[in-house]
Amino acid sequence: MKPVTGQKTLLSVRHLSVGYESEGKLLPAVEDVHFDLREGEVLGLVGESGCGKTTLMLSLLRLLPVAGRITRGEVRFGGQDLLDLSETEMSQVRWRDIAMIFQGAMNALNPVLPVEQQISEAIRRHDASVSAAQATRRVEELLEMVGITANRKDQYPFQFSGGMRQRVMIAMALACRPQVLIADEPTTALDVMIQAQILELLLELRERLGLAVILVTHDLGVVAEICDTVLVMYGGMTAEYSDVDRVYNHAVHPYTQNLLKAFPDLSQPNARLISIPGYPPRLDALPSGCRFSPRCPAAFERCHQETPGLYTVEEGHTARCFLVEGKV
Amino acid sequence: MKRLTYLLRRLQWALLSILFVITLNFFLFRVLPGDPARAGIRDPRLTAQAQQAIRERFGLDKPVINCFETLNPLKLGKCGVNPLETQFFIYVGNLLRGELGTSYHTNRPVSSMLGEALLNTVLLVGAAQVFSIVFGIILGLVAAWKSHTAVDFTALTASLVAWSLPTFWLGIVLLFAGSTWLGLPVVGKLTPGMAYPHWGAKAADLGRHLILPTLTFTIVVLGEYMLVMRSTVLDVLSEDYILTAKAKGLSTFQILKDHALRNALLPMVTIVALNLGFTVAGAIQIETVFSWPGLGLAIFDAVGRRDYPMLQGAFLLIAVSVITANLIADLLYSYLDPRIQAGQS
Ligand SMILES: Nc1ncnc2c1ncn2[C@@H]1O[C@H](COP(=O)(O)OP(=O)(O)O)[C@@H](O)[C@H]1O
Ligand SMILES: [Mg+2]
Repeated sequence: MKPVTGQKTLLSVRHLSVGYESEGKLLPAVEDVHFDLREGEVLGLVGESGCGKTTLMLSLLRLLPVAGRITRGEVRFGGQDLLDLSETEMSQVRWRDIAMIFQGAMNALNPVLPVEQQISEAIRRHDASVSAAQATRRVEELLEMVGITANRKDQYPFQFSGGMRQRVMIAMALACRPQVLIADEPTTALDVMIQAQILELLLELRERLGLAVILVTHDLGVVAEICDTVLVMYGGMTAEYSDVDRVYNHAVHPYTQNLLKAFPDLSQPNARLISIPGYPPRLDALPSGCRFSPRCPAAFERCHQETPGLYTVEEGHTARCFLVEGKV
Repeated sequence: MKRLTYLLRRLQWALLSILFVITLNFFLFRVLPGDPARAGIRDPRLTAQAQQAIRERFGLDKPVINCFETLNPLKLGKCGVNPLETQFFIYVGNLLRGELGTSYHTNRPVSSMLGEALLNTVLLVGAAQVFSIVFGIILGLVAAWKSHTAVDFTALTASLVAWSLPTFWLGIVLLFAGSTWLGLPVVGKLTPGMAYPHWGAKAADLGRHLILPTLTFTIVVLGEYMLVMRSTVLDVLSEDYILTAKAKGLSTFQILKDHALRNALLPMVTIVALNLGFTVAGAIQIETVFSWPGLGLAIFDAVGRRDYPMLQGAFLLIAVSVITANLIADLLYSYLDPRIQAGQS
């Protein structure tokens, strides 16, 4: 029962490449990634730790750490390339249009400020006409919306449990009614029961508010359950990108196939991703050819020499693998 | 409520520490080589009678402490005397009345001498601390925000240099420079023998005398505060909640003011408080160079004159300032950090 997604494309990412400067070199953390996000769509972003998911998400908001550089590409949103905006223009897009819930949200709230202040400062930053009293009322609404009684607004983050803090974070992310919500492993640090509740809340709000969501997760079960499209990343590159049915039932990339094999029971959303033999590549010691080739069961001669392009399997289904080349 | 218990507990500790210091301070001056009587009576030509008279005057003829037979198996002190008649109890009794004894050197009450000196030191230290706290925090904040740029590099280098300059050397250099090029007075607190038509003129004279020692002190402390602030802010800026603040689209100014500053002030409060307590004594070098009649100079002189009552009083005063500064830091901390108010740590 997936909600019908609108046709209008909100966010369109093309050729996005990001590197981290380290000892005079630029380590390619994300390379040539494409994806589209339509109104109301839930895009799942999956891949092993260190494959560049957080880097990719941060670069959409241009919030990379100091060593990070966007080396190439476009992030089109609302008719403009976000990468061309001035810092001031970009700061207006942040939170008002695209909000983000961070990985490790335990420390994402300022420990010495009451939650109300942290939410209302975002509201008033993006709409100067909102009075302090109006902002307070809006904060109360938001807290109630995520299942926190409004009178807790004066409390400090340490007075909330992990799950509650994540709810505060969600309330905060929705404060300016953004069109896109990025949730970077929003439940990783929580226990399983709470994880389910938080995801449910996110989904319910998404439906109610018509948000488009990018959900970064390890959990293929969750992806199968709630996402419309899936982007599988490996070593900073797109492995496979398509709608959720095709990725689960007709995966063409050996990495995706392995992920799914390591995760057979889709009715058990709480089971964890089991990793594939071998280790993900280090950015300072990338293999030649396809980045997955050292671990790939289907690799042949060419895979170790050339980097495969992003090939189209069929309309709306792409994969970076020589096995797909020429199938269209 | 929890905050109140926290404060009471802190206060209790402070009082206990002061009691401990009083006791230690008393015995320290009785254990040190050169007993207080000898120190006061150095002239060998004094007759035994005169010596005895002086001993009596300073209360040094009394036993130091009684032995408390049952409590004290070592039988230290003199047994069989009224405890209230011992030096220790007289000392404590006098303290309670705010009396710290009489200076061997000037014969004036130590309390009034220390009072004057403390006032002068507070004037000097206070002005210098206010400047260095304000500028240290601002510079540290800016340097951290602009870390690894030319701004940061300049501020960092300047602070390191300022921090490592020997205080007395800097004082002497500034003294020469200030007096030669700016015609500033170099010695003492007021121009000797000057008649003032009104208090404003006196204040102006005092101000001119304050400039060089305050500048010296500010430079010395500013470097340290800036360096500490810079590294604390750098830590804070790498916290997740700063990323959240940026993602919310807040301006640089808002992020620094509302998110970084408050959190970075927590460690600063401790350092400033510790510094404040110690600089009451730590102004010795500057006060000596500029002959500023503060506590540091008083201690310096008292050591030279073996003026034990004066030293004893000064030590007590310093200990009490350090303890008080710490207490204030605790109170400020509990105000700045809500986790403490609620009894968490
Ligand atoms: N600040 C940084 N400096 C240098 N390298 C980094 C930095 N942050 C992340 N990386 C590297 O970039 C790669 C991608 O990291 P990340 O985007 O956090 O992956 P994920 O979110 O998928 O776990 C990793 O190899 C990581 O080591
Ligand atoms: Mg991540």
